[in-house]
Amino acid sequence: MGSDNNQFLDAYTTGEYKYGFYTDIETEYAPKGLNEDTIRYISAKKNEPEFMLEFRLKAYRHWLKMKMPTWPHLTIPPIDYQDIIYYAAPKKKKELKNLEEVDPELLDTFNKLGISLEEQKKLAGVAVDAVMDSVSVKTTFSETLAKHGIIFCSFSEAVLHHPDLVKQYMGSVVPFTDNFFAALNSAVFSDGSFCYIPRGVRCPVELSTYFRINAANTGQFERTLIVADEGAYVSYMEGCTAPQRDENQLHAAVVEIIALKDAEVKYSTVQNWYPGDKNGKGGIYNFVTKRGICKGSNAKISWTQVETGSAITWKYPSCILLGDHSVGEFYSVAVTNNYQQADTGTKMLHLGRNTKSTIISKGISAGRSNNSYRGLVRISKNALHARNYSQCDSLLLGDKCGAHTFPYIRTENKSSIVEHEATTSKISEDQLFYCQQR
Amino acid sequence: MLLKITNLHASIHGKEILRGINLEVNEGEIHAIMGPNGTGKSTLASVIAGRDVFEVTEGEILFRGKNLMELSVEERAREGIFLGFQYPVEIPGVSITNFMRTAVNEIRKYRGIDPLPAGEFLKMMEERKKLVEITSNLTNRSVNEGFSGGEKKRNEIFQMAMLEPTLAILDETDSGLDIDALRVVANGVNKLRTPENAFVVITHYQRLLDYIIPDFVHVLYEGRIVKSGGKELAIELEEKGYDWIKKEN
Repeated sequence: MGSDNNQFLDAYTTGEYKYGFYTDIETEYAPKGLNEDTIRYISAKKNEPEFMLEFRLKAYRHWLKMKMPTWPHLTIPPIDYQDIIYYAAPKKKKELKNLEEVDPELLDTFNKLGISLEEQKKLAGVAVDAVMDSVSVKTTFSETLAKHGIIFCSFSEAVLHHPDLVKQYMGSVVPFTDNFFAALNSAVFSDGSFCYIPRGVRCPVELSTYFRINAANTGQFERTLIVADEGAYVSYMEGCTAPQRDENQLHAAVVEIIALKDAEVKYSTVQNWYPGDKNGKGGIYNFVTKRGICKGSNAKISWTQVETGSAITWKYPSCILLGDHSVGEFYSVAVTNNYQQADTGTKMLHLGRNTKSTIISKGISAGRSNNSYRGLVRISKNALHARNYSQCDSLLLGDKCGAHTFPYIRTENKSSIVEHEATTSKISEDQLFYCQQR
Repeated sequence: MLLKITNLHASIHGKEILRGINLEVNEGEIHAIMGPNGTGKSTLASVIAGRDVFEVTEGEILFRGKNLMELSVEERAREGIFLGFQYPVEIPGVSITNFMRTAVNEIRKYRGIDPLPAGEFLKMMEERKKLVEITSNLTNRSVNEGFSGGEKKRNEIFQMAMLEPTLAILDETDSGLDIDALRVVANGVNKLRTPENAFVVITHYQRLLDYIIPDFVHVLYEGRIVKSGGKELAIELEEKGYDWIKKEN
């Protein structure tokens, strides 16, 4: 067998994190800690209308009554929520009109990450919203998209310019009461991306958001809302990195997708947050709630995720299949190494008739890491002739890592078909020697 | 000369197994290594193939003039060393066809030859399968998974036929085989024999040597080669038993 494979493995298992640099940029922070004043501060910083502040405060008051979930197969050290800065923004002097006015340090940062915000690069066909710490730095391509009636902007801009859409859809898929981290996010989220594809429009470019955590001691709480109107299509991609630090940082995001009748949304994530060093020190805690709803018939939502980073991942991109004949898909590759922990999977809630879902999850664990797949397939009484196919495979490298599968399946009618398939293989020293010998 | 082993000492977890092996193998030769259980026969095979659980403490192994100690397991394989395993390992999820295709093309790449086109590769597979009397559906299964003892050994010889090694070391390929399987394995070796390659056959019993006629027979005892001779040595061993060797040493 190839030494290429070995080199890849070596490179992977001993490789350093490539995106661990820190940009020295003037940043303004909210005071450390969380209380109603912090929330008012964030809301005021963003010139938000009253309804947003109300939403945040309600979420915060609800969050106070909640406890961190303990059911995941994760060991999470206690988090002091008063020791986190909830808002950090690269300082800007005035409203940006064009790219020349963006701080060159910022452009450099994104260039280093291979994300170019410059105009000519837009011809490559990807519209990018770049988010540094708590705020969106720059959304490219907006004007071109506007010609098709597509709205693609930062969440803050959407709140100011499209308050009706935001009011209608925000929290409709992931209400702030949903879970601990969703409530926290709803209270303190600072920015993110907003995207609306009007009826019958096929979005001509890939939409993309790039998240970067830069400042120390800060959490990143972004919110993404994607609405695909009847017959619309969009493919959306998210990427993330963070500097290398010894302390852990919190990232708690919410993503909501609404697909109306005949609409299709593809959402892809390449998650490469700093995973901590070889001894498990530092790294991002990635606690994310992602959910989409196929509201109308024949709607389709597809999640694709590649998870390589983060010290701890807690994430279950899910689909609510409400419309008849709607389709949900979840494709995931999660790779963990050193002391990384991942508890990830999906939920497919079949409510409409003839709904279909596919789950394909591959986990690879190395070092002393733990990798769990947790999935729920629920087929309700009315979801006649629903179909689900799940496949989870795990690969273990070495004898100190773990792979776990927690599939939950609940069917309430007899006309549905649910399949689950799982394999786990461990490569032993004997097998490795055998392969190398050949 | 193909293989030259000089004063080879090797140990595992601090326990010395090989205590000064000397062995020379030329192109076109078949060597048989015999000896009682636990004297280091399999260790010798593993050390030549480069298994790193064994530590070479002294001596050297030259293969076509190259110092093997400087080469990894896969580099040795690409140089043309093949080890037929005493206990072939199961690899679930990897079909024999894919496994062989990767192996064959890696070796070709190492020698600067283009990968074999799929059609030719399949033709080659069919040809070599006949050589070891393997039925076609076996190669669609995962490597050795659920194979009987005989099928595993036949699969080893099949892989040897595919990889065309310069030096093949067969570690007790005959153990656990019925007489028909033994004949198949031996036939495979005899058909693959050329004036350019060599075989080192490790075995307990003289039985296999009725089918594969060795040029040299060596007796390994307590980590050393204590006796070498022609094929008649194997017959003498069979008659007198290993106690004969033990008494002399």
